[in-house]
Amino acid sequence: MRRRDFIYLSGLGASAMLLPDLKAFGKTVDVQQLLDGGIDVKAKKELADVALNMAKSKGASYADIRIGRYLNQFVITRENKVLNVANTESFGVGIRVIVNGCWGFAAGNVVTKDGVAKTAERAVAVAKANAKVGGAPVQLAPQKGYGEVSWKTPIEKNAFEVPIKDKVDLLLNANSIAMQGGANFVNSNLFAVNEQKYFASTDGSYIDQDVHRIYPAFNVTKIDSSQGSFETRRSLSSPVGMGYEYLTPLDNEKVTGVTTRYKKRYDMIEDIKAAAQQAGDKIKAKSVDPGKYDMVLDPSHLWLTIHESVGHPTELDRVLGYEANFAGTSFLTLDKWKSGNFNFGSKQVNIMADKTQVGSLGAVGYDDEGVKCKKWDLIKDGILVNYQAIRDQAHIIGLKESQGCCYSQSWQDVQFQRMPNVSLQPGKTPLSVDDMIKNVEKGIYIIGDGSFSIDQQRYNFQFGGQLFYEIKDGKIVGMLNDVAYQANTREFWNSCAQVCDEKDYRLGGAFNDGKGQPSQSSAVSHGSSTALFKGVNVINTKRKIG
Amino acid sequence: MPILSKEEAQAILKKVLSYSKADECEVSLNGSEGGNIRYALNAVSTAGDISTMGLAVTSVYGKKAGTATIDEFDDAALERVVRRSEELAQLAPPNPEYMPILGPQTFAESITYNANTAAITPESRAEMVAKSLSVTKEAKLTAAGFLENSSGFSSIMNSKGLFAYNKGSDVTFSVTTRNEEGTASGYAARGFTDVSKLDTFSATKVAAGKATGSVGAKAIEPGKYTVILEPVAATYMLENMFRFDARSAEEGRSFLSKKGGGTRLGEQLVDEKVTIYSDPFNTELPSATWGGDGLPREKTMWIDKGVLKNLSYSRYWADKKGVKPLPGPTNIIMEGGDATIEDMIKSTEKGILVSRLWYIRMVDPQSLLLTGLTRDGLFYIENGKIKFPIKNFRFNESPVIMLNNVEALGKTERSISVESYRSYLIPPMKIKEFTFTSLSDAV
Repeated sequence: MRRRDFIYLSGLGASAMLLPDLKAFGKTVDVQQLLDGGIDVKAKKELADVALNMAKSKGASYADIRIGRYLNQFVITRENKVLNVANTESFGVGIRVIVNGCWGFAAGNVVTKDGVAKTAERAVAVAKANAKVGGAPVQLAPQKGYGEVSWKTPIEKNAFEVPIKDKVDLLLNANSIAMQGGANFVNSNLFAVNEQKYFASTDGSYIDQDVHRIYPAFNVTKIDSSQGSFETRRSLSSPVGMGYEYLTPLDNEKVTGVTTRYKKRYDMIEDIKAAAQQAGDKIKAKSVDPGKYDMVLDPSHLWLTIHESVGHPTELDRVLGYEANFAGTSFLTLDKWKSGNFNFGSKQVNIMADKTQVGSLGAVGYDDEGVKCKKWDLIKDGILVNYQAIRDQAHIIGLKESQGCCYSQSWQDVQFQRMPNVSLQPGKTPLSVDDMIKNVEKGIYIIGDGSFSIDQQRYNFQFGGQLFYEIKDGKIVGMLNDVAYQANTREFWNSCAQVCDEKDYRLGGAFNDGKGQPSQSSAVSHGSSTALFKGVNVINTKRKIG
Repeated sequence: MPILSKEEAQAILKKVLSYSKADECEVSLNGSEGGNIRYALNAVSTAGDISTMGLAVTSVYGKKAGTATIDEFDDAALERVVRRSEELAQLAPPNPEYMPILGPQTFAESITYNANTAAITPESRAEMVAKSLSVTKEAKLTAAGFLENSSGFSSIMNSKGLFAYNKGSDVTFSVTTRNEEGTASGYAARGFTDVSKLDTFSATKVAAGKATGSVGAKAIEPGKYTVILEPVAATYMLENMFRFDARSAEEGRSFLSKKGGGTRLGEQLVDEKVTIYSDPFNTELPSATWGGDGLPREKTMWIDKGVLKNLSYSRYWADKKGVKPLPGPTNIIMEGGDATIEDMIKSTEKGILVSRLWYIRMVDPQSLLLTGLTRDGLFYIENGKIKFPIKNFRFNESPVIMLNNVEALGKTERSISVESYRSYLIPPMKIKEFTFTSLSDAV
C-alpha cells in the first residue's frame, strides 16, 4: 500500500488533515531544527564508507549511498485565517548496489554505523533475489570519482531563516487585497524546500549538496450564485530554485502587457489584485467558438506544453520501455533519432536540456548518482538530436558518459532517470509580443497554465489555461472562456511559426512532476519566450449538469 | 520493529502524554514496513525494501497548536519532543478553525490487517514476478509491471482519554504487456488486503489477451458512443467524484452546489441504478474504523438509487452549521447489477469496450468535466459482437453526466485506480453517449 493510502485508510493527525500528503514529506519539526546543520560531512563520510565496504564485502560490484536530510516548510492560509504552518524533516539513508549484474536498493532511518551496514546488507539481499529472475546485466557508464566536493544553490536569502510571521503577514495581506477586490474565496500558500544531500559511491565520490527551492502560490475564487457558476484565477508565479529573494518585487523583472507577468522576482500583491478582477471578468467572458485558431502562448503557459510534449517523450527510459506500465513509452523511438533527420518541429524549434541554469528547479552540481551536471541539445533546428540518459542507459545511445539526469525524491526512494530543465530557446531575430500579435488575424492569447492531459506515447494532448484573450485582426479584443486546445505533438511543434526574442524569456515549472512506481515527485523548470502556433484546434469545454 | 502491537503502542503513547503541560495534547505513533519490485523489458529493473516508524506530538494552548516529531523512543527523547511541541504552540498563530480534541470514543476492531501480506519477502515478490514473466515469455510479449506491499499500524491518544489503534495491510499489482512491434498493448491491475488472493499468472494472462487481441487496430471517427467500461476504467473515471464535501458545496464552488445557492442534497443527482456507500467492514475492501479527527468511521450512504443522501461535514464546518459531523468516505463501494461484460456486449448494437483510461485531469470543476484517453485495449462492438480493435481516443466527459447515462451494471469487483493506486469496489458499466473528442496514435 502506498503511503497516502495508508493515511487514507487509517487516519491521520488533525493538523495533517489540512495537507493530506504531508506525511509524504516526512515528519514535522520546529523551525529552529530546520536551521541546524544536520550531521557534519566528516561523520557522513565515515557512515558512507561503512555502508560501501559492507556492500562490497557482501559481493556488490558497485554501491552508492545517499544520506539525505529533506526539509520542507508549508504556510497555508485562506481568507483571513492561517490554516497550517508545518515544518517537516525527513532524514535517512538509501543504498543502491549491483550484485550479479542486478540492482538492489534498501533504505532506513537508523543513521548509525550499525544501521547503515544493515541497510547495505538488505540492499544486497534484494539484488540477489532479483538476479534470480534473470535479464540483461546492468551496464554502467564509467564515472570518475570526484573526491570530496560540494555544491550549493546560489541563494540570497534562505527561506527557512525568514520568520514565519513575515510569511504569514505576506499571505494574509495578499488574501485581504483579493477579498477587497471582490473575491469570494482565496487560498494562498508558501512552500520552501531544502534538500541536504550527501552522495558517496565506490567510484570514489563524496558529494555534499545544499539545494533550495521555493513556491509561493494562490487561488482566487469568484462566485455567481444566481447562475450557480464560479471561476478561479491562479497565481502567475513559478516555483523556482531560489531563496526568499524571489518574493522581493523588482520592476525590471516584470513583463507588462494585458496583465503583468514575472521573471526572476515575483510581486504577489500586484498579481493577486489583478487576479481578483480577472476571476470576475472570466465569469462574464464570452464562451469560445470552437475551431482553428492561431495560438499566442505566454511562457507562463507554454512551459507545461513543453514539459508534457517535449520533456517526457525525450526521456530515454520511456523510449526504451522502462515506464511502459505507468507513465508510458514514447513516440520518439530510437530509429527516429538514429535517422538523424526526424522532423520534430519547425526550424524555429530549438530545445535544450540544462541541469545548470541558475534559478531553475533542476539545477544541481551533481545528480543523484554522482555525475556532474551539464547542458545539451535535444531538438536542433526542428530535428531530434538527443535524449535524457543516466549511467545505466548511456551505452544504448552511444554515449561514453551519463548526461547526469538521475534523481530521487528522498533518501527512501531509489534514484532513476528524471527530466532535466527542458527549454525552448528564444528566437534569434528581435521580436516582441506586441509585434507578434499584430500579425495574427484570428487567434487566442493564453496566459497561465490550466488543465493538462497527454497520451502515454505523447502524441495527443489537451491544454487549458488561466486567462484567454481573443485576437482579431492584430488586436486583443476581449476575454474568452471555456477554452482548451487539442493537438498532435509533432503537428503542433511544426506549426510553430515564431518565437519572441530573449527579452521575453522566462521560466515556468512544476514542483511535483510524477513518474515511476512507486511514484516519485521531482521539480523541473521549462523556459521559453512567447511563441506563435498556427491553426490549432480549439474546443469549448462548457457542459451542463443537473 | 516498525509494527507495534496495540499494547506496545498504548504504553509509549501514555508515557508521552505524562510529560504534557499544555491545555490539550494529542500524540500519534505510526510505523510501516514493506517493499516493491518493478520490472520492464521482461527483467527486474528496480526493487526496494523500506521500514519506518515515527511519533508526532501536537500541543495546544487555546487555539494555538504546535506539532513536533521524533523517531527515537527513549524517555529523554520522548520528553524532549513534548517540550518542543509546547514551545512551537506558544509561537504559532491561532487557528480560528481549530476544534478542541475529543474525549474517549468507541471504535470497533477493524479487519484491515492480514498476516499473509505482512509476511511477504523480497524472494516472494520476485517469485510472483517470475510467474507473471512466464506468461509473457510464452506469448512472445514484453512485460512491464509493478508489485508493492505494505503493512503498518497507526495509533493516536490524547489528553482527554481518546485512544485508537489500527493495523493494516495491502498489496497491489499491475502489468502492461506489449508486442515486439509496439502495435498492441494490454493491461491488468489487482489490489488485495490478503496476498493469497493475488494470482499474478492469471492477471498477466488477461493483459496478454488484451494485447494479442489489439493487433491491427483501426481508426474510427470520434464522437458520442455507447461504451462498456471495465472496472479498472470506470474506477479511475469515478474516483474524481468521490468527494462529497459539504463545505465547498455550500460555498458555491462544487459540482454539488445548486444554482441560486445551497446544495443538491436530497436531489436525484444520477440514474436510479446508482448506489454508492462506504463501509469499513466490507470484507473485500475493509478500512480503518476511525480517522485522524478522532471520530469513528461507520457505514455511510452517499448516493442511494441516484439520490444524493449525505454530504461530509468536518468537525469545524459541522459546528459552524449546527449539524452533526460526518467524516468523508473511508472506502467506496458501488453496488452492481447482474449483467456480465459478455451480456453487455450482446445487448449493444453499436459501441466500444474500454479496458483502461489514462491521464485523467479536471477541465471544469463546475460540471466535473474530465479529459483523458483510452489505453491498452479498445474494441469496436457491432450487433452484439466485438468486431475489431480500434485506435485510442481522447474523451471529454463528466462522471456526473456518465452516471446519468447508465444502461446496465455488472458485478462489483475490487479494482485499483491506475493513478492513486487506491482500491475501490466498482462494477463494469454500460454508458450511453460517452463523448470522445479526438483520435490518438498512441499504443
